[in-house]
Amino acid sequence: MKINNVILRTVAKLVFFIILTLAVYLFFAGHNSPGGGFSGGLVLASALVLLFIVFDIETIQKGLPIDFKLVAALGAFLSVGTGFGALVFGENFLTQAFDYFNVPFFGEIELTTVTIFEGGVALVVVGVVVTILLSISEDE
Amino acid sequence: MNNIIVMPMMLPVLLGIILLFLRPYVKTQRTISLLVFLANIGISIYVLQLIQQNGVMRLDFGGWQPPFGILFVADSFSMLLVLSSSVVAAACLIYSFSSVKPSFEKNFFYSFVLFLIAGVNGSFLTGDIFNLFVCFEIMLLSSYVLIAFGGRKRQLRESIKYVIINVVSSWIFLVAIAYLYGTVGTLNMAHLSERIAEVGQTPMITVISVVFLTVFALKAGLFLYFWLPGSYSVPITPIAALFGALLTKVGIYAMFRVFTLLFYQEQQITHMLIGILAALTLIGGSIGAVAYKDIRLVASYNVIIAVGFILVGLAVATPSAIEGSIYYLIHDIIIKALLFLLVGTMIAVTGQTRMDEISGLIKNHPLLGWLFFLTTLSLSGIPPLSGFIGKVLIGEGAVAAGAYVLLALAFISSIFVLYSLMRIFLTSFWGETIISKDEEVPAKKGWVVSTCILALGTIALGLGAEPMSVYIQDAAETLLNPQIYIDAVLGGN
Repeated sequence: MKINNVILRTVAKLVFFIILTLAVYLFFAGHNSPGGGFSGGLVLASALVLLFIVFDIETIQKGLPIDFKLVAALGAFLSVGTGFGALVFGENFLTQAFDYFNVPFFGEIELTTVTIFEGGVALVVVGVVVTILLSISEDE
Repeated sequence: MNNIIVMPMMLPVLLGIILLFLRPYVKTQRTISLLVFLANIGISIYVLQLIQQNGVMRLDFGGWQPPFGILFVADSFSMLLVLSSSVVAAACLIYSFSSVKPSFEKNFFYSFVLFLIAGVNGSFLTGDIFNLFVCFEIMLLSSYVLIAFGGRKRQLRESIKYVIINVVSSWIFLVAIAYLYGTVGTLNMAHLSERIAEVGQTPMITVISVVFLTVFALKAGLFLYFWLPGSYSVPITPIAALFGALLTKVGIYAMFRVFTLLFYQEQQITHMLIGILAALTLIGGSIGAVAYKDIRLVASYNVIIAVGFILVGLAVATPSAIEGSIYYLIHDIIIKALLFLLVGTMIAVTGQTRMDEISGLIKNHPLLGWLFFLTTLSLSGIPPLSGFIGKVLIGEGAVAAGAYVLLALAFISSIFVLYSLMRIFLTSFWGETIISKDEEVPAKKGWVVSTCILALGTIALGLGAEPMSVYIQDAAETLLNPQIYIDAVLGGN
């Protein structure tokens, strides 16, 4: 059963990048305002889910040969790792650090370890959401 | 800087995550997880020594001062429980090396065991009531996975019940926390204790404490134990042993913490209620233990009797009763793991689950038989094994408080424990050997090693009561004087 959904496919290809941009925006906005790793990750996962629905699962898995369970594991490792990173510097567990750096073109920017933590959270969300959806779709 | 006290929770979490990447390498997974538990045993002994020297320790996560940040607090009570849970986890792990199917081992079995222990240890150590909820959830989420390993029909049916019960009780827990926060305006346990002491335990707060009691009673199997025998008799043996030994104990721990640190002023209401529930639990558990012929159900009802027994100590709340409860809690963690492992081994060896279909096991498995006999003696409280001192101290406390009904019920329940297990011993181990040696599944080395470790544990705990008593008295003192805990958390650095 193959429906001719040219419009859906064409739009999805465009919308995919718009959703990705929104996900990245939400992720960085979360540093000082609503947003963050969790919501950014959810939006990112929804972009992937859109691809899985519009094209079939096999096509996407051929294009994106990633084991999403490992994505979740990598995310959890990053998040917990920042907690342990504080121990190396003799600080309390989960202590986060930040500093300002001068980068050419962008000027002065703030780099923090919380961003790594949040990145981990985002990866966990993406990995878990996609894994759940793929395993539901497996047993028909 | 007490970063070491976060290790009993975070080491299992970190290594559990790393094991996710090592999915095909079963040998490496086994080694790493065993090393984690051995490290935890070492850490908890070391921290116990530190607490003896420096008093209660705390760690503020991310350097946020209490009561604003979340924190871990290690007193003797929590560290003793962390120590015993690590010992039991190591023994069950050794057992699972030779009993768990390779297909499970490749499906993240060890990761989830590590996460389960992380949740258990986190619940023992946390000093923040919302964090307690989170650690409960870590423990429960892993237990949902572990209980369903195997996927037999009965197992799936019981695990659905287990999941629903726990989701509902977690929801009540969350509601109770919300009520408490709405009334007192803080979540840090030491700060809560201070504020409740300031305003006095108003009827409102007493009602909230009863909501907490309901939650923990559901988790610990105090009177609300209807889900427990079914759920604990279906998982594979090492998991059943971990559940029987640890999961109810976390509920009991939470009850001790909450009703000695936060809601200790209206004892004639709250502790009276705990006393009534404990009495009903003892009666129901005793009836259940003698009513069934399925040996896994008998073992599960023995868990319930122990819950009632330990909470008699909390209901009475005299110093010696609390000491006895702590002692009995540690004893019960070890001995229940041993009981479940032995029962699982009996089933694995014979392929039968009903005691009247097993007979004469002692001829081919003398060690198994005598270990079971030792467990029976220890559970019913025969000296010099570990059950004895706890029972004596709780009894002493009950006499001092004049709680003769609870005293009588507690000791009559011991007779039921003895009867229910002696019945298994007499029908299944003695009598004619109906299964010939070559029909039986031979007992594996890992089974013998792990059960022997726990048996040595119960003997050592009984004989080593004197050196242990230093730590247990310290634990009881901290429980009975909330000010020690509050000072350690809120008093400067």
